[in-house]
Amino acid sequence: MLKPVQIKKDIHWIGAVDYESRNFHGYSLSPDGTTYNNYVILDEKKTLVDTVKADHASASLERLAQLVRPEDIDWIVVNHVEPDHAGALPLFMEKCRPEAVFCSPMGEKALLAHFRDAGDWPLKVVKSGDSISLGKRSLSFLETRMLHWPDSMFSYMPEEGLLFSNDGFGQNLASSERFADEVSRELLLHALSHYYHNIVLPYSRQVLQVLAKVSELKLDISMIAPDHGLIFRRREDVEFVLESYRSFAEQKTQKRAVIVYDTMWHSTERMAYAIAEGLADAGVPCRIMSLKDNHHSAVMGEVARCGLVVVGSPTHNNGILPFVAGFLAFMRGLRPQNRLGAAFGSFGWSGESVKIIGEQLSGMGFELPVEGIKTQYVPDEEALEQCCAAGQALGKVLVEKCAG
Amino acid sequence: MKKYVCALCGYVYDPADGDPDGGIKPGTAFEDLPDDWICPVCGAGKSDFEPE
Repeated sequence: MLKPVQIKKDIHWIGAVDYESRNFHGYSLSPDGTTYNNYVILDEKKTLVDTVKADHASASLERLAQLVRPEDIDWIVVNHVEPDHAGALPLFMEKCRPEAVFCSPMGEKALLAHFRDAGDWPLKVVKSGDSISLGKRSLSFLETRMLHWPDSMFSYMPEEGLLFSNDGFGQNLASSERFADEVSRELLLHALSHYYHNIVLPYSRQVLQVLAKVSELKLDISMIAPDHGLIFRRREDVEFVLESYRSFAEQKTQKRAVIVYDTMWHSTERMAYAIAEGLADAGVPCRIMSLKDNHHSAVMGEVARCGLVVVGSPTHNNGILPFVAGFLAFMRGLRPQNRLGAAFGSFGWSGESVKIIGEQLSGMGFELPVEGIKTQYVPDEEALEQCCAAGQALGKVLVEKCAG
Repeated sequence: MKKYVCALCGYVYDPADGDPDGGIKPGTAFEDLPDDWICPVCGAGKSDFEPE
């Protein structure tokens, strides 16, 4: 018997906890599982805020049924159409038969494109600033286009200071805890950052705009309820998550490095370890991540806190290894800013890899303070010394950039 | 006539094509689009566009 969790008087979490989830949306891993949060507001108009992923619909319906009969639901708000939030919508439409389904203008287009029956649903388009009265309380809407889809929006209940933020401020964390104050800040920040840097990062400009809009509207937010992970129910938690997002979006250069590489016969790998020694000499902490052992989303989780990304691949058939090519393609789409980069790699005869990586990094806006580091076949002591020296030089530039 | 890119979603407004679904005829320069014209992909306003 799955139970609802009250988050404010007559407002309940009725979501699903997915402990098994590891593949998140097909492009990122969720090593700690995730949750699909949705909510019910019991007012004169009984209103659902979002649904869940289709295969978790039964959990949400079970929690809902402890509070109200599904057919007594009057309204459904769809903050975002992506299938982990709206996937169960057709089933909820069937069970609840609501009088109205509220969505953004882009949400209407997306609903019609996703669901065959949506043309027969009572869709009501709401724009930024529109408000609906539920009885004692109301919901006002703020479109958050491209945060992280065109249709995304926030719903805000001014009477309670409660923000339903959909994917914004989400974390992939499956747990019995429902609230951010029930886990350590370290765990919370890690999950928040991993989510942001694999999903929200390219839209950092919009994040800053939304944060500015929130200040401009002088919203007195006392609780943020996202659609993934934990709920922020105390003022200090709300401030913590808003400040974390501001800092993620500003992307100030940080004094830490990641060396990400793939290797064939361990030559490029040995170069990676030598560069790390040089970075340590310069006082820059760093982590070495092999792409055979680390998924590209785990690497992005590390890039989150790094001002320097050093990328290595041996030359293979005049190109770079596929894991490195894949990682670079993934990182390019996420548009990281204000970072230094460097390229390295071993080669047998032609040696294009370092040039290819360097060009890709500079195409993404990385600053490349040292020349790419190449070694033929197997690095000897001298070559490893050069790698170490390059690490020292990179570290020095990073330290200066962070100080400046 | 210049093409303009939506900074939010990456859609490119090509004056040669216009935006027929949004009532904009082919051959309309970006500058001549009405102020309330929005990106057909993500709904961003004109101010979110940059020259390509």
